[in-house]
Amino acid sequence: MELMDFVKAFVVGGLICVVGQILIDKTSLTPARILTGYVVTGVILGAVGLYPMLVDFAGAGATVPLTGFGNSLAAGVREAVAKFGWLGVFTGGLSACAAGIAAAILFSLLAALFSGPKDK
Amino acid sequence: MNLTQNDYEKLVKQASPNSKILKNCLGAFLVGGAICTLGQGLITWYYSLGMDKTAAGALTSITLIALAILLTAFHVFDKIAKFAGAGTLVPITGFANSMASPAMEFKAEGFILGVGAKMFSIAGPVIVYGTVASMIYGVILLLLGGM
Repeated sequence: MELMDFVKAFVVGGLICVVGQILIDKTSLTPARILTGYVVTGVILGAVGLYPMLVDFAGAGATVPLTGFGNSLAAGVREAVAKFGWLGVFTGGLSACAAGIAAAILFSLLAALFSGPKDK
Repeated sequence: MNLTQNDYEKLVKQASPNSKILKNCLGAFLVGGAICTLGQGLITWYYSLGMDKTAAGALTSITLIALAILLTAFHVFDKIAKFAGAGTLVPITGFANSMASPAMEFKAEGFILGVGAKMFSIAGPVIVYGTVASMIYGVILLLLGGM
């Protein structure tokens, strides 16, 4: 049972990355545009209810890619709007993703403190 | 087969971009899949420690981000990314690397306009358009709920 969860996470997560690889190789989209596209796509698929189904199926295979980040934004807004009304439009998304963003900010600052550009 | 040099070059040109793409896609699939499997392992482990869904999910993100930035700081991430392409870019690890890498790169420009500002050169647009898209969704929910 648990083994299947890992297989599904591997296959679905891997396929979501393959889509990104095809975009890199076949278009002139920059990584910044691809990541932005992934997050916005995640918000849209989360809003229409498709992405939560993929999360149920693939677990981390759907939550770990950046589309999962977008899905969390959408889920956060959905829950916050249900609870707090219009205020939830402002608080929901970033609250749901706060842990990841704060972690990335702190660890990046530490990386800049203790490491630097690669020596030539 | 009887091929002139010219024909041969044409054939190579036709075949090689595709085989390169195939190789890149395989790298992206394997590494991207492995990162997601690691995420699945982490979330399963955190569940078993008695965490609820929100806590386990958040801690999984934090762990993957910490690992990606640690590997970035030791200049290992780039080596993996060279092989993996979108396999390391698309998961949350790519988001983390996109912040740590310019932060380290622009250290010489100071901690305000170098590290602090450049950290968001890729993460900034991701957060801006992700947040705004989710807010539009929130407004739609309000309008639908109000009818």
